[in-house]
Amino acid sequence: MTSISPEAPLLEVEGLRVSFATQRGLVEAVRGVSFAMGREKLGIVGESGSGKSTIGRALMRLVPSPGVVTGQKLKVGGKDVLSANERDLQGLRGGKIAMIMQDPKFSLNPVMRIGTQIEEAIRMHRRVTRKAARAHAMEALLAVRISNPERVYHCFPHELSGGMGQRAMIAMMLSTQPDVLIADEPTSALDVTVQAQVLAILDDLVSRRGMGLIMISHDLELVASFCDRVLVMYAGRIVETLEASALSRAVHPYTRGLIACLPRLSEASSRLQTMQRDPAWSQV
Amino acid sequence: MNEAIEVSDLEVTFGHGTKSFKAVQGVSFTVPFGQSFGLVGESGSGKSTILRALSVLVRPSGGRLQVAGGPLPLHPPKTFRRRVQLVFQDPYASLHPRHSIDRILREPLEVHGFDRREERILQSLDEVGLPRRYRYRYPHQLSGGQRQRVAIARALVLEPEILLLDEPTSALDVSIQAEILNLLSDLREARQLTYLLVSHNLAVVAHMCDRVAIMSQGKIVEVTDSRHLRTGTFTHPYSQQLWASSQGYFRDPAVLDVG
Repeated sequence: MTSISPEAPLLEVEGLRVSFATQRGLVEAVRGVSFAMGREKLGIVGESGSGKSTIGRALMRLVPSPGVVTGQKLKVGGKDVLSANERDLQGLRGGKIAMIMQDPKFSLNPVMRIGTQIEEAIRMHRRVTRKAARAHAMEALLAVRISNPERVYHCFPHELSGGMGQRAMIAMMLSTQPDVLIADEPTSALDVTVQAQVLAILDDLVSRRGMGLIMISHDLELVASFCDRVLVMYAGRIVETLEASALSRAVHPYTRGLIACLPRLSEASSRLQTMQRDPAWSQV
Repeated sequence: MNEAIEVSDLEVTFGHGTKSFKAVQGVSFTVPFGQSFGLVGESGSGKSTILRALSVLVRPSGGRLQVAGGPLPLHPPKTFRRRVQLVFQDPYASLHPRHSIDRILREPLEVHGFDRREERILQSLDEVGLPRRYRYRYPHQLSGGQRQRVAIARALVLEPEILLLDEPTSALDVSIQAEILNLLSDLREARQLTYLLVSHNLAVVAHMCDRVAIMSQGKIVEVTDSRHLRTGTFTHPYSQQLWASSQGYFRDPAVLDVG
């Protein structure tokens, strides 16, 4: 795998737009988003319909038809994604950039054993023997702290719990050693105690391998406690970019509203604040 | 009799013989009229099964249930159903997709032989803060929060005393969650309702409930009040662990090695 200089951004996005032609006219899910990221943990936060997941898909050119992706620049590890043909994309997906989805129940192949799925991914990207692929798969399973990889290797997805399934998913995505990992709500389908374990594994692997991680989530607090930097999305645009540690200093009324309307363990209040949405937020 | 709900040694078993699974194993708690009681726990802890037992959707294999001052009958009459109503988690799945809001609200009134139906439908829409013009719309024309308002209106139109709430806001965005929780608080005050709220979100339960039972693997490990839930003062280590996990992410290598 080719390494790129540590200074160059892993990901450059400029003026990204995604639109869908529907019967009721053009719907713009992403309306001009620009950001760059290096070897860091970047959070993308927003409510349903804000376009956060669509950005994740657009980065991998996985926006389903009739969606149209346009932009001035969309580069992953220096490679242009917008002009890439199908063949280039095959190498890019998994090789440079990989994605973990919300629920392992739906994103793993239900009729393939875990080990076989991981090997398939490895052999797509590297010319290795079956035996070597198997060894790599075992290593990957060990890396996500599965203490009995031999057992999990032979399991079908339905035989695993949600947390184990998500570990297997992470193992598969990291086995091809991408530079950027997109995690789209990686722990929303998991219980809180399992969520902590999965996040710890992600954190550990991403920082040890010096990868870039994009975490897409609706949970602002969780993202802020996990990531270095947070992009807040509203109606297809980034309304605010924040250092994760500076959440309390958020300026945009939408971000402040998101923080204020959460019930908190630390303080009792008889009523929760609700959000007064300003049409101007989606104009800017 | 001032207990709205009395659960003693409740057991619920699914399946038979060697393949049976005890989802609820000897659970006891009481909820006085007008109080709000929370059940928290992770998936599979049995919290929703308790709600289903209380609404006679599953049959207990042991223990006693008293609801609204009397033992829970095996085949509850309509009058019992009217007094205890359920609101489900996912408003995308719990409303009939081909029934208009009007029909969704009218049907329970017809089943229970209520008079002044027109008036009651309009009143229930007002109460949950839905514009009256939404009356002839269908669920797919409403947002998630609006659908959950319809689900609450459907439960309240029968004037129940007890509302069983199964994760009523976990499918909603946080800004909508705040609106629905405020609505539920207002309705409880206005109608003197008793709530039994199931949730995995400790902050939501602490906000809504006076007392809370923490469940794990079919058992209640601890019953505490919202004050202790806020400060994280527990006697059981599992409660402590659940509380710590709800505080957001921080690096802790101790949680890594499992499985």
